[in-house]
Amino acid sequence: MAPAQPIPTQNRVLDLDMPLFLDGGQSLACPRIAYETCGTLNAARDNAIFICHALTGDHYVVSNHPKTGKPGWWVRMVGPGKPIDTDRYFVICANVIGSCMGSTGPASLSPDGQPWGMRFPVITIRDMVKGHIAVLDALGIDALHAVVGGSMGGMQALSLAANFPERTRAVLVLASTARHSAQNIAFHEVGRQAIMADPEWRDGDYYAFGKGPEKGLSVARMAAHITYLSEAGLTEKFGRRLQNREEKTFGFDADFQIESYLRYQGLSFTDRFDANSYLYITRAMDYFDLAEEHGGLLANAFARSKARYCLVSFDTDWLYPTAESRNVVHALNAAGHPVSFVELSAPFGHDSFLLDVPALDRVVQGFLG
Amino acid sequence: MNAAHKQGLRPDLAVIADNVAPRASVLDVGCGDGTLMQALRDGQGCATRGMELDGPNVGACVAKGLSVIQGDADRDLAFYPDKSVDYAILSQTLQTTMRPDVVLEELLRIGRKAFVSFPNFAHWRVRTSLLWNGRMPVTRLLPVAWYETPNIHHLTINDFRALLRERGITVEGQWFLSGDTRCSAAAANFRAEHAVFLLARG
Repeated sequence: MAPAQPIPTQNRVLDLDMPLFLDGGQSLACPRIAYETCGTLNAARDNAIFICHALTGDHYVVSNHPKTGKPGWWVRMVGPGKPIDTDRYFVICANVIGSCMGSTGPASLSPDGQPWGMRFPVITIRDMVKGHIAVLDALGIDALHAVVGGSMGGMQALSLAANFPERTRAVLVLASTARHSAQNIAFHEVGRQAIMADPEWRDGDYYAFGKGPEKGLSVARMAAHITYLSEAGLTEKFGRRLQNREEKTFGFDADFQIESYLRYQGLSFTDRFDANSYLYITRAMDYFDLAEEHGGLLANAFARSKARYCLVSFDTDWLYPTAESRNVVHALNAAGHPVSFVELSAPFGHDSFLLDVPALDRVVQGFLG
Repeated sequence: MNAAHKQGLRPDLAVIADNVAPRASVLDVGCGDGTLMQALRDGQGCATRGMELDGPNVGACVAKGLSVIQGDADRDLAFYPDKSVDYAILSQTLQTTMRPDVVLEELLRIGRKAFVSFPNFAHWRVRTSLLWNGRMPVTRLLPVAWYETPNIHHLTINDFRALLRERGITVEGQWFLSGDTRCSAAAANFRAEHAVFLLARG
């Protein structure tokens, strides 16, 4: 296939000239938020779609990733003539605070000139959304045409609708949840413990050593990666096939293809992601419980919202299964909001929202209008 | 109603569309691919919402810009607040539910009024088929063999009227169809293939 014509994007940073007050009681003095835009904001400033990225994602939604050189993470969905059509909409995606791809996070320098490390305050999904709102303010956008997100991005979309109801007219949530379950927290804790058990982690102060807890971060990614795929998908892709060998070696080398694949996924992840960011962002997700923030009743979270909603789940996603989306749909129904919901059939597990699912394209395009 | 928006509607849906007040709020339970919702929205400015079991149908609805949730009438109606719409609509779906009586009560809890349409199992063609062949009828409106039909609770117009009486539900309108044309209420239980009722809590 011929290389696609690059889609014009703008990558910018916003340096806030005021503090960002955090749910944990602390604040970030003058945080930086990195973001990408694609398309043109119209004169009425009402054609903006804000895309929220997932746990290990970033704002390179359309343009090539600066570290891996790979195409933007959602080029199949976003671009001219795509379901999120940049010929019609002005698309914005901002790196969440706490991340390591340009926005202020634990690897950034604190006011004392040293990296924050574990002195970085614990953040929440709502804190990330406050950062997004700062970007909208800077761009002069009062209300979005839609906020869109999958997985952790969906949590941000829901949080934005609940906490800043006047800022969006539509909310599209893919493969997500209104709260992290015990199982979700458990998997994250395995990842965090793997990072913190690595002697190279050094209580988070590894930046001066030129080497971080790569083994720990790699194991964290391996464990998480399993949760993004379906059992059937793994079986189909790898089965019990051996990796470049005829027989088992009776050792602990990566005999099986699945082992080799996971090791590669873990290792390549360490090239592009900061271990402390992984700790902070997974923590933010674990703390997420939208009902708890609103008196224990999820319908209350959406009381002031006037937006249209659409939720999509995937039948093979066991990380945020359909029941979690239904939970949100029932709350939105109870609050009397126009809401659509569909469980799509796709073989790829949680990652389905990122992959080739034509039915998803039709739903996204139809809902955004 | 704008006739253009009504073209091609299934006859029972056309009856319903003709009798929904303009700009009313509507919940279409078992909305299929959203044909009726689209006609109501585009033709008479109704605020429509839908529920549909079949995923591809829901996808088709959302692609038309309709608000539809994938759900099951037997299970998911409980999550709608009381009197949240002017009309709850259940077309050709009552006989497929696990508990038609519970679904009917739910429709009248959620909607101020309810439209219910269903195929009449006492139509003369069904009766003759059963009488002469001694076999479960396979007809135009009931095209699937007994072992794979989604219609698990066949009913007649008289059965339905009896249920309405028993539950104190008021009939505000009734329409009968034979083939694709209206037929009179006289001997409807014998002559009508299809019935549409407009109901309210008495």
